[in-house]
Amino acid sequence: MGRYVARRLLQMIPVFIGTTLIIFLMVHILPGDPIRAMWGDKAADPAQVASLRHEFGLDQPLWKQYVDYMGNLFQGDFGKTFGGREVIDEMSESFPVTLRLTAVAMLIEIIVGIGLGAWAGLRAGKAADTGVLIFTLIVISIPVFVLGFLARFVLADQLGWVAPNVQDSTDYAQLFLPGFVLAMLSMAYVARLTRTTFAENLRADYMRTAMAKGLPRRRIVGVHLLRNSLIPVVTFLGTDIGGFIGGAVVTEGIFNVQGVGNLLFKALQQREGSTIVGVVTVFVLVILVINLLVDLLYAVLDPRIRYA
Amino acid sequence: MPDVTETKTEAAVDAVAAPSAADAQSKDKPRSLWGDAWFDLRHRPMFWISSILLVLLLVIAAFPGLFTGANPRDGDLTNHFLTKPELGHLFQADWFGYDGQGRSIYARVVYGTRASIMVGVGVTAAVTLVGGLLGMLAGYFGGWLDSVISRVTDIFFGIPFLLGAMVVLNAFTDRKVYVVILALAFLGWTSICRVMRASVITAKQADYVTAARALGAGTPRILFRHVLPNALAPTIVVATIALGGYISAEATLSFLGLGLGEPTISWGIDIAQGSQDIRDNPHALLFPAGMLSLTVFAFIMLGDAVRDALDPKLR
Amino acid sequence: MRGAKSAKWVAGAAIIALAATACGGNDKDSDSGMNSGKADPNGILTAQLGEPQNPLQPANAKESQGSRVLRTIFSGLVDYEPGTGKLTYVNAESVTPNADSSVWTVKLKPGWKFHDGTTVTSKSFVDSWNWSANVKNNQTNSSWFQDIKGYEDVHPAKGKPKADKMSGLKIVDDNTFTISLTGPVSYFAYKLGYDVWAPLPESFFKDPAAAGQKPIGNGPYKFVSWDHKKLIKVRKFDGYQGPNKAKNGGIDFKNYTTADAAYSDLRSNNLDWIEQIPTTSLTSYKQDLGDRAIDAEYSAVQSIVPAFYTDQFKDINPKVIQGLSMAIDRDTITKTVLHGTRTPADSFVARGVLGYKPGALGDIVKYNPAEAKKLIKDGGGVPGNKISIQFNADQSHKPWVDAVCNSIRKATGVECVGDSKPDFQADLNARDNKQVKSMYRGGWVLDYPVNSNFMRDLYGTTAAGNTSGYSNKEFDALAAKADKAKTLDETVKMYQDAEQLLKNDMPAIPLWFYKNNSGQSTNVFGKIVYGQDGDPIFTDVQVKAKK
Repeated sequence: MGRYVARRLLQMIPVFIGTTLIIFLMVHILPGDPIRAMWGDKAADPAQVASLRHEFGLDQPLWKQYVDYMGNLFQGDFGKTFGGREVIDEMSESFPVTLRLTAVAMLIEIIVGIGLGAWAGLRAGKAADTGVLIFTLIVISIPVFVLGFLARFVLADQLGWVAPNVQDSTDYAQLFLPGFVLAMLSMAYVARLTRTTFAENLRADYMRTAMAKGLPRRRIVGVHLLRNSLIPVVTFLGTDIGGFIGGAVVTEGIFNVQGVGNLLFKALQQREGSTIVGVVTVFVLVILVINLLVDLLYAVLDPRIRYA
Repeated sequence: MPDVTETKTEAAVDAVAAPSAADAQSKDKPRSLWGDAWFDLRHRPMFWISSILLVLLLVIAAFPGLFTGANPRDGDLTNHFLTKPELGHLFQADWFGYDGQGRSIYARVVYGTRASIMVGVGVTAAVTLVGGLLGMLAGYFGGWLDSVISRVTDIFFGIPFLLGAMVVLNAFTDRKVYVVILALAFLGWTSICRVMRASVITAKQADYVTAARALGAGTPRILFRHVLPNALAPTIVVATIALGGYISAEATLSFLGLGLGEPTISWGIDIAQGSQDIRDNPHALLFPAGMLSLTVFAFIMLGDAVRDALDPKLR
Repeated sequence: MRGAKSAKWVAGAAIIALAATACGGNDKDSDSGMNSGKADPNGILTAQLGEPQNPLQPANAKESQGSRVLRTIFSGLVDYEPGTGKLTYVNAESVTPNADSSVWTVKLKPGWKFHDGTTVTSKSFVDSWNWSANVKNNQTNSSWFQDIKGYEDVHPAKGKPKADKMSGLKIVDDNTFTISLTGPVSYFAYKLGYDVWAPLPESFFKDPAAAGQKPIGNGPYKFVSWDHKKLIKVRKFDGYQGPNKAKNGGIDFKNYTTADAAYSDLRSNNLDWIEQIPTTSLTSYKQDLGDRAIDAEYSAVQSIVPAFYTDQFKDINPKVIQGLSMAIDRDTITKTVLHGTRTPADSFVARGVLGYKPGALGDIVKYNPAEAKKLIKDGGGVPGNKISIQFNADQSHKPWVDAVCNSIRKATGVECVGDSKPDFQADLNARDNKQVKSMYRGGWVLDYPVNSNFMRDLYGTTAAGNTSGYSNKEFDALAAKADKAKTLDETVKMYQDAEQLLKNDMPAIPLWFYKNNSGQSTNVFGKIVYGQDGDPIFTDVQVKAKK
């Protein structure tokens, strides 16, 4: 187990370097000159552009920019934005916001998704099952931003049940609507996945055995069925956290959430390499660690899986 | 997929999946997995509903002119600015009302079918081919090949959707359908790769693979005859669900200003524009969004049916 | 549109950024309780703001958001009268030119104080300008000082600055200084109304970066706090001596990423002033807000510009461009697709600018399909019979581009498509590198309210704002002569003649002028009045006393 974890940690190094390098190159490939663009439609002053470019190290060859950036990164310096702020400050403002949003979305996804899925799975083939199936199909069929507009229109503007926008990101009541929209798609997937594994495992030998032993139904479903059925669901949830953080761009934009998605979107439009690479670096680290945790959890849940 | 050893294929390891073999009448012949699936499919109403829907959509995509005489590009601002739908006027230009540019929404919905279907099918094909192949290789051979492919998957997983899409789309001056397909495939192959890898790993440990190997079957034979058919089901499920997702993703790209370029007509572009008028003229959003959802719905329903048919455990 | 002060970045739904001048609220207040109750002189106003891109240094606000805050904290020498665009003195007692307008003498009103208690003197201005103009201080608006003698010493085209002072600035006494220019500029005093000419206190120069986070100015409000991406607070400065003393207790600038979010806060009275009504509500905001809706034009023009370096337009007959212009149904498009947020343009120069002449372009901007077809045919047709209009998709340009194309296609049979670039930087990059395929979206917000700004700075052969490759020697000569005219009136008159010359040559197709479409909450007492810079005159806004 210890060796397995060590190997996984070692594997993170090439992924980390590869991702930062690719992102660095991609930002460079994008058309546009961030310094020149500060002048907008108006003409830029070449002397000032050159001076600013030097200030941000953009006059260096690309490989040197990358090496310098990585060197600073290992000393905990994420660089500065074109506005002169520390990227680390911007990130420490926005990451907690997105984490809170993700927590809300996760909670909704787990409770509603697994609940619906289990309910349908236990009634496979019946009307309730078909109802849940059609509901999840409809949810999956609607693009997230349409869902966002519709949800706000109906739940906030028409019914007035929830706040339409997020003014205070520490207020979980305000985060409900964007969290709900963010969770919807994954929730449908989780529900379908849970339903399938439930229905499958209901016919498994161990279930027949458990039933033959005369165990109470509650124990069969709650212990045997749930534990075995949740393995693929847990895997999905794990990878989904990454999806949430990355996919928050649209949701955060619609609902005025000042999170990582918004930060990344603006940084992209401004071609602000330091912010983009910084955000993605943290993002990739989070995903890698979560993946490792999920795999370890996998072994806990399924005794057949052992890591040497 | 924890347990796949109980499949009926064991008995019919090398049976050819000819349709005739699958015929329910010939009870004396053993049926293959796929023959079995076909037999099962034909008895599912979901399969027929989705198939009919999809055939209809394909016909619309191929021959939009058959369904409307209205021009989807030319609008008339003075007369038709956001005219409300006339639901009684079946198949007329004003059936679904007019959009902000005074264009017939019905005509645009009909002509937009092609782009969305092409994006969905194109991306799924590309992703299944590339991701499926890489996932199969990684899962079956393991070792350094697995390490490399898995690490590359990890790297791609870290690239933000928006950044990746912008880079690919910016590399081309004309944002035609194939460019959008390329961009979405570039970002989407990793999920299929992971699913395929996982199911190949499970499938190759199965007893029948060991048996086939013991009987002296070569690697390609084992891979394509025994491992692949048994590992394909989860991939197909993910791919059909993802197909709908890709059609939605095209709409999301349009919403972010990165979608298909003029003069292509697509639901995504219309949905993005319609969302600007949602308060007063929701029909400009609802009809293209409804068509898109219906299409995605049909594909996923078909995927479900195929999946259930392929997975004998649920029978 | 992005202008001098409008490089604004908005997530999600794009908003039309605004900047520049408005003609002020001209609606006569009817009723709706806007004027009932009492004003509270210490009431706090909440206004919409995006995160300023740069530190709050006077010459570093290249976009409208930072500029909005700076203008409350700093007062310049002069300002423009809302509506007429006439000069009014603020910190200056007088600004007077010599005979040929090449040397200007500034007299200050004595006894003005910065917020930290130090006195505003000639030195505060001269030091500020010298610092801002210096290339190594990286101020984005540094080129505003280029008319002053000695600018090349502090701001050479290449290499390090040779001096840290411009020789053209001379301090006469504590309240008098002179500005020597490299040549005559008859409208120089007009330029002094821009943010960059603000004075700076001694403390600024010790740590300019820190001062950019916590600015100390001489304006009607003093800076309190900046909670990044959330809130900027300014409060009334009791020691303020200027004519525009604050009639409220201070302003909380609240950050919004979307116009929709801001609008719903405005309707629930959590926000008192919104910058721009979201596109989703443009058709209904006047019903929603009643006479709290604000609808006023400002001095900015949108046009489509042929790329004259392309094979298509290299040797084009101007008649073809005139024909294309007449194929655009501006009246209908502004009323329908643009929801009345613009008014049809009838001149190269925006309304509200000195020298604007109504109907200067005559029939060329009137919709006339038959004449359009004829002109294009007479001019030899559009090469390839197909044009495209490049625009950036991160702002809501697509609807009008589609509508313009549709109009041209239907009127003339010339194929027209929108050519969308994913974001502003990609769009700008293609324009700067002369990669535009056919035509592109152009926009211009005034820098100073004189008609020369809409012509020489855009269509002069060597003008930095000329990215289309347009060149007309006759126009260049006329512009050079106009700039050297003795009086402002003569300059303006000569530019009006130059406009007629451009009419025949069509360096661009003007489409429409911009409008401010915004609104105020029920907390505001009376109607908000707009200034020449397109923002409300915040000092004049009154807040209702709580009952």
